[in-house]
Amino acid sequence: MTLSRRSFVKVGGAALTLPLLGSTAFAQEKLKIGFIYVGSINDNGYNYAHNQGRIFVEESLGDAVETVFVENVPEGPDCERVLRELAQQGCKLIFATSFGFGDSVIKVAQQFPDIAFEHATGYMKADNVGLYNARFYEGRAVCGTIAGHMSVTGKAGYIGSFPIPEVVMGINALALSGRKINPEFTVKPVYISTWNDPAKEADAARAMIDQGIDIVAQHTDGPAALQVAAERGIVGGFGQGADMSAFAPETQLTAIIDHWGPHYLASAQAVLDGNWTPGDTWEGLKEDVVQMGPYNEKVPADVVAAAEAVRTGQIDGSFHIFTGPINDNTGTERVAAGVVMTDAELLSMDWYVEGVEQPA
Amino acid sequence: MELTLVLAILVTVVGASTPILLAALGELVVERAGVLNLGVEGMMLIGAIAGFVVQFHTGNPYLALLAGAAAGLCASLIFGFLTLSLSANQTATGLALTIFGTGFSALAGASYSARPVTLMQPLFPLELATHPVGKVIFGYAFPIYFAFFMVVAIWYFLHRTRAGLILRAVGENDQSAHSIGYSVIGVRYLAVMFGGAMAGLAGACFPLLLTPQWAERMTAGRGWIAVALVVFASWKPFRLLAGAYLFGLVMTMELYAKAGGGPLSAIPSELWAALPYLATVIVLVLISIRRDATTNAPACLGKPFLPSN
Repeated sequence: MTLSRRSFVKVGGAALTLPLLGSTAFAQEKLKIGFIYVGSINDNGYNYAHNQGRIFVEESLGDAVETVFVENVPEGPDCERVLRELAQQGCKLIFATSFGFGDSVIKVAQQFPDIAFEHATGYMKADNVGLYNARFYEGRAVCGTIAGHMSVTGKAGYIGSFPIPEVVMGINALALSGRKINPEFTVKPVYISTWNDPAKEADAARAMIDQGIDIVAQHTDGPAALQVAAERGIVGGFGQGADMSAFAPETQLTAIIDHWGPHYLASAQAVLDGNWTPGDTWEGLKEDVVQMGPYNEKVPADVVAAAEAVRTGQIDGSFHIFTGPINDNTGTERVAAGVVMTDAELLSMDWYVEGVEQPA
Repeated sequence: MELTLVLAILVTVVGASTPILLAALGELVVERAGVLNLGVEGMMLIGAIAGFVVQFHTGNPYLALLAGAAAGLCASLIFGFLTLSLSANQTATGLALTIFGTGFSALAGASYSARPVTLMQPLFPLELATHPVGKVIFGYAFPIYFAFFMVVAIWYFLHRTRAGLILRAVGENDQSAHSIGYSVIGVRYLAVMFGGAMAGLAGACFPLLLTPQWAERMTAGRGWIAVALVVFASWKPFRLLAGAYLFGLVMTMELYAKAGGGPLSAIPSELWAALPYLATVIVLVLISIRRDATTNAPACLGKPFLPSN
């Protein structure tokens, strides 16, 4: 084929316009997704894990999506402002990733009915507000099994942020599972009224270790408690939200890892396909939304086996940690033998099981 | 309560109090020179990340402390230039410095978040700290003893030296100090730089003494407690020492009481959280009953110096 100047110009011109056409087509389709985090994406814990989920979506969907995130958003009026800004920036799907964002999400969602909102760990749904959560308690049950076997004093400490059902449930799961191994096992919760204050988390761990605990668990965002556990040389502790073994290689017995990526991907795909509906998902080990970190070398093989049995039992559905009989910490029976607590009961849990010291 | 537990609590109290004390001592000198620097929290964060980075790369905690102090000093120079050379509003500039410090430290620390460092080791040989009583006396790292030393040194400087007298004169009556030939701006610059270095040093204590990691906003409002403490202590170094340890004690006792059960845990956690503020209010009321609050605050505090001749 001879290439005349005219045909060259034609072909070349068409080739030049092709990517332009392509990009305009994409620009119309491109889904903008907003994420807001209560803390920093560098906390090596909860917020870090959510951000990993965001990156997972970007990597999976490539040019079809654009994501933006705002970190360190305080729960309260600021959150409402940030949500509104994200909506005005053109986000069509917004993930609010902390419990305390709930009121703001509901309020802003009413003003932007075309935008899909998803709120993590909350309880208030609306026509365009879905809920999603992870069954962290399943991971706590695995941790509790290890704690019950390995604790010498039989006392674990638990640093909590706020006494919300999410946290209470985790404390109870650890205690129930530890007491299956050692009936004398107790859990001491200390609430520090913040998600992220490393110095206070560390001091809380010191306070509990000085008073006899030798296992520390936490529901705050960073690795400070594990570092103190390592410094004091107690039996160990558990990473929360992410693998924190870099901070305490000898001390982290295992970790609960949040793996939000698959959920975020499914929601983004649903919005792209135009069939998003406000869901209410609560996935765990089975769906791979909760993962366990590596078991520390110092966890004996039989303990690993027991922990794995609890993990796989929860995956195949043969084991549920909140199965009766369960007494509360005043000795009253709350769940009859053989009865499994419903999700609704778990999500409104405001009492502690036997073996948990009533927190101040 | 057993003795060992009391001693263990003391060790934690000392740790919790020291950064607040160091930062507050710096701010006390700044305010005595007539300058109100509300940027303490920001300078602490800048000091914390500088200290962390140097500790991470060199493993030398003394270099890390120096770096923290130097970084705090540099940050305070921004404040000094704006408020002293350009007579900008001190309150607004100080708040801006805190916002800047929060953002800057987060940016500088972004790639350091997943990296632990080693804690600073005690100053004295470990054998001295094997017994719990020995540990309460000899079990700490350098900054804790340095903070005590600085309480005495700053008291001596302010009340027993000529330079301290000049600094106080600048804070009480800048026009008079100026008219008899002292450089008001020069003295205030030195005071602001000293305050910045102390805040930076206090910040460096977080990754070096309390929790060996970098986390954004890891000072968590303690810079503001330091600013409040200066008022609480009515600008007196020894009262500041008592105040810092009182605050540290309340912050720590809250955790020990919650963890330990017993009579103290009967106090609701909300009341524990409110105690430092209640204590501040009570002290302010007591001071104002004695009517020396107004006489003790430096008369020129927070006012820009504009020489009248």
